[in-house]
Amino acid sequence: MTGFKTLRSSVLFLPFDNIDTDQIIPARFLKTTAKSGFGEKAFHDWRYLPDGSLNPDFAMNREPGKSARILVTGDNFGCGSSREHAPWAIAQAGISVVIARSFADIFRSNSQKNGLLLIALDAEAHSALIKTIEADGSGILTVDLPAQRAEYGGLRLDFSIDAFYKMCLIEGIDDFGYLLKHADAIRAYEEKNGKL
Amino acid sequence: MAKAGLTLFDKIWNDHVVLEEEGAPPILYIDLHLTHEVTSPQAFQELRDRGLKVWNPKRNQATSDHCNPTRLGPDGTEHGSLIYADAQAKTQLLQQEKNCAEFGIDLYGLDHPARGVIHVFGPDMGLTQPGMTIVCGDSHTATHGAFGAIAFGIGTSEVGHVMATQCLLQRKPQTMRIQYVGTLPPGTDAKDLILYTIAKIGVGGGTGTAIEFSGEAVRKLSMEGRMTLCNMAIEAGARTGMVAPDETTFAYLKGKPFAPRGTAWDEAVAAWSKLKSDPDAVFDREVTIDLSEMGPMATYGTNPAMGIRIGRKIPANAEEAFPGARDDAAFRKALAYMGFRPGTRLGDYPIDQVFIGSCTNGRIEDLKAAAAVLAGRKIAESVRMIVVPGSGAVKRAAEASGLDRVFIEAGAEWREPGCSLCLSMNGDVVESGKLCVSTSNRNFEGRQGPGARTVLTSPATAAASAIRGFVTDPREFSGGAL
Ligand code: SF4
Repeated sequence: MTGFKTLRSSVLFLPFDNIDTDQIIPARFLKTTAKSGFGEKAFHDWRYLPDGSLNPDFAMNREPGKSARILVTGDNFGCGSSREHAPWAIAQAGISVVIARSFADIFRSNSQKNGLLLIALDAEAHSALIKTIEADGSGILTVDLPAQRAEYGGLRLDFSIDAFYKMCLIEGIDDFGYLLKHADAIRAYEEKNGKL
Repeated sequence: MAKAGLTLFDKIWNDHVVLEEEGAPPILYIDLHLTHEVTSPQAFQELRDRGLKVWNPKRNQATSDHCNPTRLGPDGTEHGSLIYADAQAKTQLLQQEKNCAEFGIDLYGLDHPARGVIHVFGPDMGLTQPGMTIVCGDSHTATHGAFGAIAFGIGTSEVGHVMATQCLLQRKPQTMRIQYVGTLPPGTDAKDLILYTIAKIGVGGGTGTAIEFSGEAVRKLSMEGRMTLCNMAIEAGARTGMVAPDETTFAYLKGKPFAPRGTAWDEAVAAWSKLKSDPDAVFDREVTIDLSEMGPMATYGTNPAMGIRIGRKIPANAEEAFPGARDDAAFRKALAYMGFRPGTRLGDYPIDQVFIGSCTNGRIEDLKAAAAVLAGRKIAESVRMIVVPGSGAVKRAAEASGLDRVFIEAGAEWREPGCSLCLSMNGDVVESGKLCVSTSNRNFEGRQGPGARTVLTSPATAAASAIRGFVTDPREFSGGAL
């Protein structure tokens, strides 16, 4: 993981509520022992037509959504099953930030373990952002994590975030990184307590 | 003011905090990581992608249980050609063999005589010991808390974290004590006790807590019974359940393959004996449950809290089932799925299958309890019954005392160890619409197969039900002498 401070990107706009993990990654793609290869499958049933070709109407298949690294969506994003494959699929599809009205609990915790920045906006800020993108979706969205601020088309939106999660993202570490940073302390604990 | 005493949970937790930085969750050292084939492959891949090794391989132990078949192949081995449930099950089992070999983790895999359901296998081998922190990518890891350990289930990312560092970042849960008043009434066992408890406190009754079970009823339970009790703590929403270790614990562990020996054993027992909550320990929550009203229990709905005494009427609505409950739609949906009418009794409905096994009730004492009811009797013509020992050690012990003969002569099938009908990803399945009396832990819609209907009971009740073909109070066969 590399550190995250600010990101400027076009927007993948999926302004629907309750996008569940089956939409993010359908269950039939979980029959695998690998942790990669989910990016191509993200939002599969919206992204591809029944014959397997790209659905030209889906926002991910055309600009500005196609090259976007920021997803803007509705309320209760990531509800449904606890599959960790959902944040894997989103991150592997090139998305680094998801901005929503709210997130489902388990999806949130799974995302935090996978370096995906989730930004939950309050109702007022969220609806202002949705309206602005609806008026013109071709702009660039800026996320400034240290300042906890997002900007789009003249809008300035402040957001709150768990301090530990913020620190991990900025320093480019996840639980793995954080734990490994303390490898010496872990080894010392093992020696002192006869755990080797 | 004097400092309040510590709970058993606090003591073990504090001993395992490697460090805690301001604003961050504590780094918790994990003494034992148990792993199986289903939730580990992506974690191994993550280690590979990051170029990491397993930090302390001997503190990681693996077995295969969820997707292995419970029948031997045509050549008499589990690796036989035609036995895998499907291609995915086969891939997961073979991948586990590769992963464990590559990362230096001991695997008690297919064809290994000790292989078993991971929460039966660990205690069998003496891997599970008092005072430990134990994790596994499986929600029923709480089982190991029966030894006075902190044991909880983790997700796939965390499986990777613990393999790479032997640690997890964990916020400390709250503590809750359940004190039982009185002892187990005749005809009941630890399964009835936990079903009764969950019916009282609800599926969310323990949310966010580590439960310590205490009282005379718990002290009198065998280790098998304590494991059954802790196993289902998470069905009340708890992170884990635990019982303070005592002479029963030490006697169970002595001589097990991984248990300390010689002077190390004496030192261990001395240390383990100190593992109990202080008399003045303060728990975040306290619940007292009186056992005088308890009897053999069975579930009638689609979550483990929907349980009643056998012989009582199925509640008419959510409020009658759980005073204060409002979600009547969910209650009606559950009864509709089960095909049960309010006000009827479970004994009014013919059953199709019986399953004895799982990490809840697949231990030797469970098989003995079922066999005691079945001995010299036959199961009903209309019932199909399978008995699946929880591990290789349980299977051998059962065969050594002739329990397999009792089951086979009664008309049941005697299988190889595995999770089997507990979750049906291994070829064992309850057909849609069929009613199965099961000693496992979850009666969720579809858990035993799409459309399958599950009634959870104790092993003795399951055996009695198999004989009659209806959910039956086991005291009908034993005069209450269980
Ligand atoms: S027996 Fe059931 S609950 Fe236990 S580990 Fe296997 S699948 Fe999970």
